[in-house]
Amino acid sequence: MSTPIVVEQLTKRFGSFEAVSDVSFTARGGAITALLGPSGSGKSTVLRMIAGLETPNEGRIWLGDVELTPKSVQERRVGFVFQHYALFRHMTVRQNVEFGLAVRKQSKSDRTARVDELLELVHLTHFAKRYPDQLSGGQRQRVALARALAPRPDVLLLDEPFGALDAKVRQDLRQWLDELHRELGVTSLLVTHDQEEALELANQVVVMHEGAVEQVGSPGEIYDDPKTPFVAGFVGSANVLHGVVRGGHVHLGAFRVPGAEHLTEGAAATAYVRPHDVRIAPKGSNGHGRDGADRALGRVERVSSLGWLARLTIRLDGGGDHMLVAHVPQSELDGAAEGDLVSVDLRNPKAFDHEEVRAQE
Amino acid sequence: MRTPSLLPDVSLPGGGRRRLVRGGIVAACILYVGILLLLPLVGIAYTALESGASKIAETFALPDVRHAFYLTAVITVITVVVTTFFGVVTAWVLVRQRFLGKSLLNALVDLPFALSPVTVGLAAVILFGLGGWLEPFFQARGIQILFALPSMVLVTIFICVPFTIREVVPVLEEIGKDEEDAARTLGASIMQTWRKVTMPNIRWGLLYGIALTTARAIGEIGAVLIVSGLIKGQTETATLFIFTAIEERLYAEAYIVALTLAAVSIVLLVTIETARHRIEGRKGRT
Repeated sequence: MSTPIVVEQLTKRFGSFEAVSDVSFTARGGAITALLGPSGSGKSTVLRMIAGLETPNEGRIWLGDVELTPKSVQERRVGFVFQHYALFRHMTVRQNVEFGLAVRKQSKSDRTARVDELLELVHLTHFAKRYPDQLSGGQRQRVALARALAPRPDVLLLDEPFGALDAKVRQDLRQWLDELHRELGVTSLLVTHDQEEALELANQVVVMHEGAVEQVGSPGEIYDDPKTPFVAGFVGSANVLHGVVRGGHVHLGAFRVPGAEHLTEGAAATAYVRPHDVRIAPKGSNGHGRDGADRALGRVERVSSLGWLARLTIRLDGGGDHMLVAHVPQSELDGAAEGDLVSVDLRNPKAFDHEEVRAQE
Repeated sequence: MRTPSLLPDVSLPGGGRRRLVRGGIVAACILYVGILLLLPLVGIAYTALESGASKIAETFALPDVRHAFYLTAVITVITVVVTTFFGVVTAWVLVRQRFLGKSLLNALVDLPFALSPVTVGLAAVILFGLGGWLEPFFQARGIQILFALPSMVLVTIFICVPFTIREVVPVLEEIGKDEEDAARTLGASIMQTWRKVTMPNIRWGLLYGIALTTARAIGEIGAVLIVSGLIKGQTETATLFIFTAIEERLYAEAYIVALTLAAVSIVLLVTIETARHRIEGRKGRT
């Protein structure tokens, strides 16, 4: 049950449009790997190629040491969950779950036992005789999952499985899928455009953009150490600061952001800073900067409450028109109010060459 | 159980007038459909039944009438089989496949709707008639196409091509490709996917297409008239029998055969409609 999926240099063209270009990654056996990216980034096409529903123009797909590329869809033994459920509308819940067993000609008694087991797993035992259009969206997606799991697939492929559901059901199902996966340990590949979903569920995240892989890593790596401007901007929110590289810093007027040692002196650069990495202290206090030169002053333009956090909009002083968004715990707000001048400290900035940023925009 | 009225009780001033206008529109529609569609049918039924039971029995006993019905049945069955098979395949190709010339094929399918059946008949004469393009080929093999069953079947199929396709295409479009994809990932072969997923999903559209095809095949006269050569007892279908019977002033026979054809078509359509409502209703669908 814990075979890895290996994708090698996969390319798919639709006419002259290259939907997927040279994509390679390994989805670890027994783990959940998220394919994360905006719509049109090619992530669903990659998933459909793994399932055999699309044929790649180039590249190979492996399941452990077995090459899947030349195999037909029905030989691949993958479980596939569609965004819009794709339940067989003329069949009952039981018949839907049984389908994959029936076409593989399993004996009736085996089938019944397996279907009962799965209906219990997805908590739908009492709905066995219903038709799909008599179920809620969340229930339908659970039927779809049970149906995909019934033939004991080697891998589970989920294409935006919660995309059509409302926020509350989505949250519940996400948690439930997490528990289910811990129980079954089947290698899973989850396509999503929802970064929160990817970071919460996945053991490993593959960020895609315009048909190519941007970065592969653990949720922590993707979030804390983005390797490309796209990842920095797409995963989590970030302040985007455009400036010039001088002495290993990105300069924005009188203000400078560290972490640009790898960039060419004098080049245009962009720094990304997470809102929660913006620290503020009352003006004149010693604060918590690493060295005084990295600190700057800013005027608080707006304070709004996000519960235990406060969201501050800060205009940087003496640096053109640079605005910052800071997320500060209410307890560390230190009485800062709209109109106050505060000292600003940026932690953990990520600087990228401006050309690189423009190429990806 | 009390059924709520569609028209709300309006006690406001002017409500009565609005109701009158609405009632007027409904009445106009009923009259329109009633006079145009129902009245001729009632006329045929009345005239046919008026001639009495013995006349009806007598008519059905005529060898020409029996042969005419037999011929119509043969043509209809062949037409339905051919248009159902190719219709479903063509509809599937039109909806699911991308290829060069798809919109051309899509437009071509409707051609029989646009052409007069007489034109279709003439086209068949040009192809298979004396000196026709394909005539030498069949002549050399001793196969008679024109003035015989093959050409009558061919023109009827031609005219009936669009019905199944036009009924199945929107159904296939609406259900989408996901269920077929799901079946394949679950290990179903292409044939299993067809049998267990696609066919059950399109069955009502398909049945309706078959019903329309049958009704059209039974009633076809223009094209068949031209290619049949009107050989009595040989190439005379039920509609052609009516045509010649009227010329020979055998009015009662003509009406009785006409009523039979109309009854078959209507029973067919009504049966399919009610069956659909009953079966879908049982599943709790609206």
